[in-house]
Amino acid sequence: MNTPATNASLSPGAVVAAPRRNLGRIYWLEAKAEALKAMRLPAFVLPLFVFPVMFYLLFGVAMRFDALGGVSAAEYMLATYGAFGVMNAALFGFGIGVAGERGQGWLLLKRATPMPPLALFAGKLAMSLLFSAAVIAVLFALGLGPGHVRAPAGTLAALAAVLAAGSLPFAAMGLAIGYWAGPNSAPVTCNLLSLPIAFASGLWIPYPMLPAFLRQVAHGLPAYHYAQLALGVIGAGNHEPAAWSVLYLGGFTAVMVLLARLGYLRDEGRTYG
Amino acid sequence: MSDTGGKGSGGPRENSGGDGRERGSAGHGVVAELEWASKSFGKVKAVSDLDFEMRAGEVVALLGPNGAGKTTTVRLLMGLIRPDAGSARLFGLDPGRIEARMRVGAMLQVSKVPETLRVREHIELFSSYYPHPLPMAEVIAAAGLGGLEGRLFGKLSGGQRQRVLFALALCGDPDLLFLDEPSAGLDVESRRSLWERIGARKRAGGTVLLTTHNLEEADFLADRIVLLDRGHVLAEGSPDQIKARVAGRTVRCRTSLGAAALERLPGTRAVRRDGELTELFAAEPERLVAALLAADPALSGLEVRGAGLEEAFLALTCGLAPDGAGVPAASDAATTTATTGNRKSTAKEAA
Repeated sequence: MNTPATNASLSPGAVVAAPRRNLGRIYWLEAKAEALKAMRLPAFVLPLFVFPVMFYLLFGVAMRFDALGGVSAAEYMLATYGAFGVMNAALFGFGIGVAGERGQGWLLLKRATPMPPLALFAGKLAMSLLFSAAVIAVLFALGLGPGHVRAPAGTLAALAAVLAAGSLPFAAMGLAIGYWAGPNSAPVTCNLLSLPIAFASGLWIPYPMLPAFLRQVAHGLPAYHYAQLALGVIGAGNHEPAAWSVLYLGGFTAVMVLLARLGYLRDEGRTYG
Repeated sequence: MSDTGGKGSGGPRENSGGDGRERGSAGHGVVAELEWASKSFGKVKAVSDLDFEMRAGEVVALLGPNGAGKTTTVRLLMGLIRPDAGSARLFGLDPGRIEARMRVGAMLQVSKVPETLRVREHIELFSSYYPHPLPMAEVIAAAGLGGLEGRLFGKLSGGQRQRVLFALALCGDPDLLFLDEPSAGLDVESRRSLWERIGARKRAGGTVLLTTHNLEEADFLADRIVLLDRGHVLAEGSPDQIKARVAGRTVRCRTSLGAAALERLPGTRAVRRDGELTELFAAEPERLVAALLAADPALSGLEVRGAGLEEAFLALTCGLAPDGAGVPAASDAATTTATTGNRKSTAKEAA
C-alpha cells in the first residue's frame, strides 16, 4: 500500500534543495517515449518513408536523367530527397505532435510535473533525428544499390551528417506551428507549408529544372539553403556560399524558436477553466 | 517563508462554519495556500480575492458549477498560471518551483493522452521525474491497473484511462495530490472504482485537493467542502455543515403554475424545472405546500424530501441548476437568508 503518511516533513517554509534524481534517465525515457509513440503511428511513419522513397526511385533511379550539377541524378537526388525526408520528419513530428498534445491538455499535465522542460523538446528532437536517420539510411541503400551512386565514404558520411543537421531548423518551424495551430489544423498547416516549400526549393524537381520565377523564390526559402548545403557536399550545388546558407538557417531557427515562445506565452495567458 | 500563523480571518469572505477549524492554528502544517488571489482571463474574472489554505492530511473538495473557478484555483495553486493579485504558495514555496512540483501529483482535465504508449511506459516516464517514486507494482495496484500494464493507452476504456491518469498523479508518491474533475465523464461503476482508489489514498493519510461538480463525490470523499461560485467562496465546511446551512426541504410536484407564480409562494427559495417536474426549495415546506395546493388544486405527484447536499448547493447558488436550467428565486430577501449575505442578484448563468 501507499504510505504517504510516512513522508516525514510537510512543514512549510523549509527551503528544500532539489532532491536527486537521474536526469540522464529522464532524457533517455523521454526520447524513448517519443520514438515509441511515433513508431506506432502508421499515419506518421508511412508517408514519411513512402514519399521520399517513391519519388527517389521514380526520378532518381528509374528515369535516368542526365547528369545534374556534375553528378548523376541518383546522387543529386540523394541529397534533395534526403533533405525532403528529414524536413518532413522534423516538421511533422514537432508540428503535429506539439499541437495535438498542447491542444488536448497533455503538455499542461507534463508541465505540472517536475519534468525538466528541456527534456520534452530534447526527446522530440531525438525522435525526429532517429526518423531522419532512418529515412537517410533507406535512401542511401537505394542510391548505393539500384542507383549506382559511387562516392567516397567520407563524402557520403558528410552528406548524411549535413542532412541530419537539417532537423534543427525544421524542428523549430514545427514547434512554432505546434504552438500556433490547433490540434486539428496542424496537419493541414504542415502540409500546406511543406509541400510548396519543398517544391519551390528544388527538393522534388531539381532546382535547374524549376521555372525561372520559382528559382527566384527559392533563394528566400529555408529548404533551398538546406538543400544547397547538402548538394555542396557532393559538389553539385549552385555555389551558394555555405556560410550564407548556414547563417540564413541559423537566423530562421532563431525566429521560429521565438515564434514558438510567443505562442507558448499566449497559451499561458489563455489557459482557462 | 509563509506566514501561516495568525492570519486574520476578517475580510470580504465570511468564514462560514469555521467553528471546528481555526485558521492559522498550529498543529498541522499548511501545505498549500492562496492569499487573496485573483485571476482574470480577458474580461472574465475567474477567481477573485480567494483566500484558501490546505493542511497536511486533509481531503478538500472544491465544489461548484462550470465556470465557478475550480480549475483556475487548482492551476494557481500548482503554479501553472500566475495570479493577477495576491499570492499562491505550495509547501511555503513559489508553486512554480521544481522543488514544490516534486512533492505534488496531479490529475488534470486532459482530453487526450498519447495513445500509442503502453500503460507501463507512461508510468515509467512520469515516475522518472520524481526523486522518490513509488515502485511500479505499487502504482499499478493502487490505481487498479493490474493486467493492463502492457496495454496501449488507446485500447483502454474510459474508466481505465482515468485510472492511468490517477496512476500518473500518484507515481511520484506526492505529499499533495491535485485531482481536477477526476470522475468527469465516467459511468457510475468506473466512478465508484475511482472513488475507492482515492479513498484508499485518503485512509493512508494522503492530502488531496479535488474539484468536482458532483455533490455526491464531494460528500463521499472530502473532509471539507469549499463551495465556489463565479470565483467566490460561497460556503465552506464539512459536508454536514454545508448541509446544515440550508435547513430546508425540497418540494417536488407536477403543477401548471408558472415560474413567476411559484416564486411568489411563501418561503420559496429556489425553483427548478426538470421536464414536467417542478422542484421548489423551502425553509418551511408546510406553509409552501399549503399555499401550493391552494393555488393549484390540480397539482399532482407531491413529494417532500429532506435537503441533501444537492439541494443545499442549489439553494446556496440561488437556484442555479448544474444543467443551466435554473430559474432565479423569488427575491433578494428570500435568497440572502440562505447565503453568506454578500450575493445580491439571482442572475442566472448559461452553463
